Amino acid sequence: MSEVVLQLQGIHKSFGDREVLRGIDLTVRTHEVVALIGASGSGKSTLLRTINLLERIDDGQILLRGQDISDPRVPADAVRARIGVVFQHYNLFPHLSVLDNVTLAARHVFRESRQDAEARGIDLLGRIGLAEHARSFPDRLSGGQQQRAAIVRAIATNPELLLLDEITSALDPELVGEVLDLVRELKAEGTTIVMATHEMAFARDVADHVVFLDQGLIAEQGPPEQLFGAPREPRTREFLSRFLS
Amino acid sequence: MTSTDETARQPSSIELGRRAFRRRQTIRSVAISAASTVVLAVVLWATIINTPGWARVQQTFFDPEVFWAALPRVWDGFLLNLRVLGFAVAGVLVLSVILAIVRTLRGPIFFPLRFLASAYTDLFRGLPLIIVLYLVGYGVPGLQGPGEARIPAVVLGTVALILTYSAYVSEVFRAGIEAVHPSQRLAARSLGLSHGKTLRLIVLPQAVRKVTPALMNDFIALTKDVGLISVLGAVDAVRAAQIETAKFFNFTPYVVAGLLFVILSIPIIRLTDWYTARLRDREQIGGIV
Ligand SMILES: Nc1ncnc2c1ncn2[C@@H]1O[C@H](COP(=O)(O)OP(=O)(O)OP(=O)(O)O)[C@@H](O)[C@H]1O
Ligand SMILES: [Mg+2]
Repeated sequence: MSEVVLQLQGIHKSFGDREVLRGIDLTVRTHEVVALIGASGSGKSTLLRTINLLERIDDGQILLRGQDISDPRVPADAVRARIGVVFQHYNLFPHLSVLDNVTLAARHVFRESRQDAEARGIDLLGRIGLAEHARSFPDRLSGGQQQRAAIVRAIATNPELLLLDEITSALDPELVGEVLDLVRELKAEGTTIVMATHEMAFARDVADHVVFLDQGLIAEQGPPEQLFGAPREPRTREFLSRFLS
Repeated sequence: MTSTDETARQPSSIELGRRAFRRRQTIRSVAISAASTVVLAVVLWATIINTPGWARVQQTFFDPEVFWAALPRVWDGFLLNLRVLGFAVAGVLVLSVILAIVRTLRGPIFFPLRFLASAYTDLFRGLPLIIVLYLVGYGVPGLQGPGEARIPAVVLGTVALILTYSAYVSEVFRAGIEAVHPSQRLAARSLGLSHGKTLRLIVLPQAVRKVTPALMNDFIALTKDVGLISVLGAVDAVRAAQIETAKFFNFTPYVVAGLLFVILSIPIIRLTDWYTARLRDREQIGGIV
């Protein structure tokens, strides 16, 4: 078995009286793509934000390569620098060029020289066909191009783990494909990914492991063939039938 | 992006017709507005010249001889205003950004700081500038011991201007900071940027862009209010004009000072318009509306 990148143990999180995560256990190994599915409000985004320490958990432990990052003595900025994140929208910084967006973390967190960071940034943008837009500002790009640039920004510093939160749900249908293709490429390169998604076909196709969240608990998890083909839990069946109909 | 056509395409006759029409429209609007401006100016001019007191007013306010005689002194004073303006703008920028940041800090630990900052802005936005000038200009020297060297009136005046204007400008900055979408902060922190770097690299630049017009408005007001340091006895353009007025028994020196202030503010106003247009052009998709 390959190395464990991320381990969640008994994660609890409440907003006020509302318990949004009620004891989540999850293991993510290197090169693995884990898809989080579940109804709106089931806690997918909250779970991703707790992994990235943008949300403080109320109980449990988050281990990143064995290190307990939920320990308050661990510097959060350093942890976040090791994890790449792409949100649903408002990802890119509108006042910075696409290239400056992509090189921001390399230059200001990892303190690389401008030259090195930009050389790699241009190279990465070239691979997704955006080299000619490197000096453009994000507003000049299509939604799909922006989201691909945001993904490139997230992986520009080779994070150990990539978190994707419904990165296609704000896009026009014809732009979804190009973004999902980029995720496929990242998987082929061996990137470890945890993604919340409503694209069931995509999850089935790309994920190694699918996790169905229901009301803050993992109701069922397993390989996509099993979870989509022969779900064991009635709740999973019900959720999927609503989605596939 | 520029046109990627392989051959330079000839515009259709419809498009050529549209362009000709737009050209005619432009020429017509320019002609109309030029003509109406001239007519208005002539009417105003004729009306004023024909008022019964015009000759007297012209003599006491627009005497060319006094104008040239007073200009050197008033100009020297004006240079002092310019220096005060420079220091005041720098001071206001620093203090107001600090105040704005303090007011947007969250969490109970920062409550005392937040409270102090908001008490400060409330107080100094309420106090008339002239009173702040007197309080600082005469109050601070009162605190000094008898043997100590007096702080110059110009310095105290500048301090008073900074105190008052920072209160206004910090509110402008705060509005800008709060108008930056929270997800921008989240995205920045997700990259591993610290709180301070997020503020400096992501939040403040966007905030400044959002509030530039309002900010410039306050700074244009400041260019005029630097003239108020004359109440403390600093020999600036206004004070110099006052002295010259007494010398010539004629009010033309005030007109000289007024003109200098107007001439100062015009480039700042143009600069603002140019800057906001450039930002809009660079960062947003253009359109005709
Ligand atoms: N900052 C917050 N304050 C209060 N409640 C919150 C906050 N963030 C999320 N919640 C609540 O937590 C619950 C889970 O939200 P979350 O965004 O994790 O759901 P989700 O599974 O990502 O849903 P969706 O598929 O719609 O994105 C929701 O009921 C939401 O209202
Ligand atoms: Mg969500």
